[in-house]
Amino acid sequence: MDFTRRETLALGAGAAAMAVLPFQVQAAADEAMAEFTGGAEAAMGGIELTAPEIAENGNTVPVSVSAPGATAIVIYATGNPTPGVATFNFGPLAASQAASTRIRLAGTQEVVALAKMADGTFAKASATVKVTIGGCGG
Amino acid sequence: MASGVKPRVKVPKTAAAGEAITIKTLISHKMESGQRKDKEGNVIPRSIINRFTCEFNGESVVDVTLEPAISTNPYFEFDATVPEAGEFKFTWYDDDGSVYDTSKKVAIG
Amino acid sequence: MKFKAMTAIAALALSVPMLAYAEADDDKLVTNEEIEMVTKAPAPAHLEGALDEVMSGWHFRADETQEMQRDDFDNPGMIFVETALDEWNKVDGSEGKACASCHEDLESDMKGVRAGYPKWNDNAEEVRTLAMQVNACREGQMGAEKWKYAGKEMAAMEALISVQSRGMPVDVAIDGPAEATWEHGKELYYTRTGQLDLSCASCHEENYGNRIRSDHLSQGQINGFPVYRLKNAKLTTAHGRFKGCVRDTRAETYKPGSEEFIALELYVASRGNGLSVEAPSVRN
Repeated sequence: MDFTRRETLALGAGAAAMAVLPFQVQAAADEAMAEFTGGAEAAMGGIELTAPEIAENGNTVPVSVSAPGATAIVIYATGNPTPGVATFNFGPLAASQAASTRIRLAGTQEVVALAKMADGTFAKASATVKVTIGGCGG
Repeated sequence: MASGVKPRVKVPKTAAAGEAITIKTLISHKMESGQRKDKEGNVIPRSIINRFTCEFNGESVVDVTLEPAISTNPYFEFDATVPEAGEFKFTWYDDDGSVYDTSKKVAIG
Repeated sequence: MKFKAMTAIAALALSVPMLAYAEADDDKLVTNEEIEMVTKAPAPAHLEGALDEVMSGWHFRADETQEMQRDDFDNPGMIFVETALDEWNKVDGSEGKACASCHEDLESDMKGVRAGYPKWNDNAEEVRTLAMQVNACREGQMGAEKWKYAGKEMAAMEALISVQSRGMPVDVAIDGPAEATWEHGKELYYTRTGQLDLSCASCHEENYGNRIRSDHLSQGQINGFPVYRLKNAKLTTAHGRFKGCVRDTRAETYKPGSEEFIALELYVASRGNGLSVEAPSVRN
C-alpha cells in the first residue's frame, strides 16, 4: 500500500512505540524482593517513589525514593534482565532517608521500591513507567 | 583502571551547625551492563561502579550498592547533616578494583 | 542496552494520552539561576513565509529532560566540557603548544565565537565550521594531529567553546562570501531524498510539534549542539546528527565534515538566528 508522506507522518503522529516485556521476568524480581525482606510482607505506604509516567528514553530515567525512618531502600526494575537497581543504606549523618538517581529501564515495566524501616518492618511503593522508543531512528 | 573516570560533587561551602544540606554527585563512567554484545556476537563483560559511599568526618552518610541498571555517568542526590565543620569524603568502587575518590570541606557559617 | 527479542511494538496511541497535546510548551529556561536562555524568538527574515517563530528543541522534551539543563551539575554534557578543559590546557603537537598558549583566557577569548559559526574565513577562502577551525588551529598552529571531525574529543571541545557563548544569540551571516554555501545548504534542506522521500523540512518545518512514533518532533534547530543525547549517554555533534537523520530517511548519507554538511550546518544554524546558544543541551 502506498502512503504519501503526509499519511505516513499522520499515522506516526500520536502513535507510541513501546517495548513490552514478558511476564517471566516478574518471577526473578519477586525472588530478589523476598530475599531482601526475608519473606516478610511489605506494607503499602510509608515510602514514596517518584518516577516519570512516560520516560522519554529508557537509558536515563530519573527516579527518587523517600522513606522517613528507613535504614535502607532498594529499587527494583521488575522488567529488566536483572531486577536489582540500587540499594541505599542510610548512615547516621543522612539528613533524610531519601535519594535521587538515574536508571536504565529495558522497556515499559513496574518499578518497585522497598524500604526496611528502623523497627524491622518493610514498606513498598511501585510505579509503572512507560518506556518509549523514539521515532527518528530510535 | 577504567579510563576517563572523573568524579564531580556539588556541596555547599558553608552550613549552619546541624543544618541539612543537599549533595549531588556524578562520576563519568560507562557502566557497561554486561547485557550488550559486540559485533561478533560476544557478550561485552560487565564493568560498572558497584558501590558509592559518602562520609563526613569519618561517619557514614550513605552507602549505595549499584547494579548495572544505574545509568551511564552515575548520578546521586541526597541530604546530609553537617554537625560541625569538616570534610565530606566520596568514594566510588569499580568492578575492576579501582577506587575513585574526592573530598569537599564544609565550614560552619 | 539490549532489547529482548520479544519486544512488541504497539502502534496505538492508547498509552500516551497525556502527550497527545503536541505543541511545544511554555516553560522558561534559566541555567544556574543566572543564564536566561532565549528559547523562542521571532523567525529571522529569511524564513518569512516558512516559519513565524523559531523554537529551541528544549521545548519539545519531557519535563524531566528539560530539568537537566537548569543546573550545570545536573547536565551530563558538562562532564565532557570538563574533559575538554583538560585538553585545552594540554600541550599537544610539534610546536609544544596547548590551545591555552595562544588563547590565554578561555572565557574572554572565546566569548561570542560559537555564536557566529559557521562563517566565512577570508584567509582560507572557505566557510568554516567550528570543528574545521579547531583542526586548522591544531594542524597549523600546534603541529598536532587533526581530531576526528565528529569524534568525542571534537564534540567535547565544541561544547567547551560553545559554553563561552551560552545565552548569546546565534548570529550567523548568510550573505556576502558565505551566500553561495548558504544557498546550497538551503537547497539540501528542502530536497526530498531516500526511500522515505523526506526532506529536513518534511519533519522539521511541516510537522514540528507532531509525533513520529513516540518522538516529539522539534524544529531541528542546532543552537543546542553539541547535545548530550540520553539515548547514547554522550555528546553528539551537528554533523553526527545530520548523518543519522539522513540515514533514517533511508537515503545515502553524507560524511561529517563533507561539503554538503558544512553547507547544511550553515543553513540550519541560520534558521536559529536569535535563539540562545544552549550547548551542551540535553535531548533524548
